[in-house]
Formats: sequence, C-alpha cells, structure tokens
Amino acid sequence: MQHRIIEFAIGLLFGIGLIVSGMTNPAKVIGFMDLAGAWNPSLAFVMGGAILVGVGAFAIARRRTTNFLGGAMHLPTARDIDRRLIGGSLLFGAGWGLAGFCPAPALVSFAAGNGKAVLFVITMLIGMAIFEFLERRWQA
Amino acid sequence: MTIDWIDFTPWSSLAGGILLGIAASLFILVNGRILGISGILGGLLPPRRGDAGWRVSFLLGMFAAPLLYVAFAGPLEIEADAGWGAVVLAGLLVGIGTRYGAGCTSGHGICGLSRLSPRSLAATLAFMGAGFATVYLVRHLLA
Repeated sequence: MQHRIIEFAIGLLFGIGLIVSGMTNPAKVIGFMDLAGAWNPSLAFVMGGAILVGVGAFAIARRRTTNFLGGAMHLPTARDIDRRLIGGSLLFGAGWGLAGFCPAPALVSFAAGNGKAVLFVITMLIGMAIFEFLERRWQA
Repeated sequence: MTIDWIDFTPWSSLAGGILLGIAASLFILVNGRILGISGILGGLLPPRRGDAGWRVSFLLGMFAAPLLYVAFAGPLEIEADAGWGAVVLAGLLVGIGTRYGAGCTSGHGICGLSRLSPRSLAATLAFMGAGFATVYLVRHLLA
C-alpha cells in the first residue's frame, strides 16, 4: 500500500509539472518546433530544468543496488542504437509534430476532458496495441 | 528567425521542468523505476499479474493532476489546432513509434539524457528532428 501511495504522489507531481511547464498546451509544443515561424523557446527550459535535476539523481541511482524502499533498481540495459530505435523515434516525432501531443501531456489533457486529447489517447492506445500484435506475430 | 516573445514563458517552463526532474528522480531512487510514460502505459497492454499495480497508481496520480490544478489554480490552456483526422494519424504514429523506439519524451528525453545514455540521445535527436521536420512540412510547405 505504501508503494501505491508513493507512485500515485509521484504521478501527481509529474502531472502538475507538465501543466506548469506548458507541455500540456499543443500550441506551445508546436511553437517550439516551428523554427521557420514565430519560434517559442519555452520547451528548451522544460527539458533543461528536468535534466538539471535528473543528472544528479541518476548519478546516485547508478551506484545503488536497491531503491529507497529496498526493492530492485530497474535501470535500462539496452545500449544498441538500431533501426528499431531510430525508426520508431522518427514515427513518434512525426506524430508529435503533427498534433503537438506526446504521451504524458496527452494523458493529462485526456483527464482534463479535452476532446482532441481523448481521441489522441484512444488512437495512441490502438497504435500501442498494433505494436503488441505485430511483435507477437513476429515472434510466433 | 523570429521569437514569439508573447508566448515565451521561461520561468514557468523552467519551474515545471524542475518538477518533472524531481518526479523522475524520486521515481528512480524511491521506486527504482524509469519514469517513461509510453513504457508505463504500454506495459498494461495487456496487464500482467504483479506488474500492473505500480503502473496504474502512477497513471491515476497523473490523471488527478489536472483535476487538482483546475480546482485550485484555474483552467488548463489546451490549444489543439490540428484537425480531427490529423489527431487520429498522430495518435497512431505516437503509439506505434514510442513502442518501437522504446520510449518517448519522458523516458528517453528526461530520464535517458539525465542518465547520459547515448541510445536515448540518439532517440531524442530522431524524434525531435522528425517533429521539427513535420511542423515545417505542415505549416510552411503544405499550408
């Protein structure tokens, strides 16, 4: 139960951070990606602020074998830069630029009841399900 | 290049970014998990016994954020100008792409770059590059 409460609280903090940062506004996201138009550099400050804090935490995390609650550290082990990584990321970026929604802010706007975010989240879940289906067929 | 000074919000964006960094830091240090939304969500398709609880609790916390924000601070500013058809295509691309690429803005962008991971840097450059190219295409070549 303690775990569930902490996870909820961190999710809440993350969601508030997304709203405060402006990431939940697709117009602002697209403004950042629109170098040829009226460029809005705000999102560089979001990433900068997040990484500033994160670098220290992950340096500590790398040296630990257990988390603060005594459980396992689930740090990524994949290191390869392959066609899947780049191809998938290119598809993701194209979708992100098209509507200005990436997964986390879309979920927040979905919970806020925004119609386009609701549709986006539904089709994103369908996309994720298509991936699962193709993966399973590939392995079978 | 012209800068959109009217919508430029360096301080609130920096403050929000710091909150995102604190959340990602707490998640790895306290729970031992990477705060990557596409992975957290995708891991529920389908839910696996013993692996769903932490994902659902985290997502419920995220869902509570706008409700709390609206109650205490005011309405969210969500200007989504893309048409409905574009939103459908965007959702499919983001869903498939983030799963193949094993991460999105939070997992690769925030956590991966904070870990100084070359793999996440490559992914971030790819999706940011594709985002910039798509916006240029849609706003300046097709419009």
